[in-house]
Amino acid sequence: MGLENWSPEGALTTRVEELLNWGRANSLWPMPFGVACCAIEMMGTLSSRYDLSRFGAEAIRFSPRQSDLMIVSGRISLKMLPVLQKIWEQMPEPKWCISMGACASCGGIFDTYAMIQGIDRFVPVDVYIPGCPPRPESLIDAVIKIQELVKLERLDSHA
Amino acid sequence: MIPHGGTEGSVDQETAAIDFIQARFPTAVLAVAESSGQKWIEVARDQIVPVLTALRDEQGWDMLMDLTAVDYLGMETPERFQMVYQLYSLARNSYFRVKCWVPESDPTVDTLTHVWKAAPWAEREVWDMYGIRFNGNNDLRRILTPFSYEGHPLRKDYPLQGRGERNQFPRYEK
Repeated sequence: MGLENWSPEGALTTRVEELLNWGRANSLWPMPFGVACCAIEMMGTLSSRYDLSRFGAEAIRFSPRQSDLMIVSGRISLKMLPVLQKIWEQMPEPKWCISMGACASCGGIFDTYAMIQGIDRFVPVDVYIPGCPPRPESLIDAVIKIQELVKLERLDSHA
Repeated sequence: MIPHGGTEGSVDQETAAIDFIQARFPTAVLAVAESSGQKWIEVARDQIVPVLTALRDEQGWDMLMDLTAVDYLGMETPERFQMVYQLYSLARNSYFRVKCWVPESDPTVDTLTHVWKAAPWAEREVWDMYGIRFNGNNDLRRILTPFSYEGHPLRKDYPLQGRGERNQFPRYEK
């Protein structure tokens, strides 16, 4: 890798936090909570043209127990929110959440009895993506912002 | 040319169905009307199951396409609610509509559970959205809203933004 010239002793020093965060940030395992048209853009982002694996987040897990990034893409109805919360509970710490698109972030055009007016009222959201639906570039930008958040993690953050 | 929703002869078939009901159930027919080239019939609420059963068994209207309701709150109608039954004939590729009025004071209709297997879930939806009960449907659970939901949101006097139910959830913090 060329590192041997840079470090003749064959050793590097870093902090454990830095090493863990570096690994986590570049190996996010998303839980795709895709419930509407935003999910189609999410699939497009994951596929070959936009290729989210360039940012280490291509290992989509449909089990919340194996993931650390929930991407809520679509409108969340009254009936779906308990499901969303159960899945969020089942994800192990540390975990992050992207609210993708207008509906997940604020209800979008659906200001009705049946629609949650923003999932951040009931689950913590780290990054919001505007758009209806957002373009894949926006989702990639959100993943990069999540990576920046991951790099701020401390060992005692979830003690 | 085959227009959307039926063959060229569909008006004739609607007329034949109406004539059949008028001959067979003379006291059941409340009104016959036509709009946009489609005829329909309004029948008495207590006769709706015999009429639809006869249409299926004797006139070949063998498929229940849809079963739904309309809320005419504040309009000059005989009753507040109207049930709408949309029938289809597979053999003739033709549609026919039967309606009946349902009063607000007694929002009940006899079930079609034993006539069409398509009916029970459609009746659950009408119960969920309009609060019309179906006598004889033993499975009138809500189907679209959560089981814990209260009220019938497609009634015109139900507030569009609800009664606060969309805010009643636990909040998870980071």
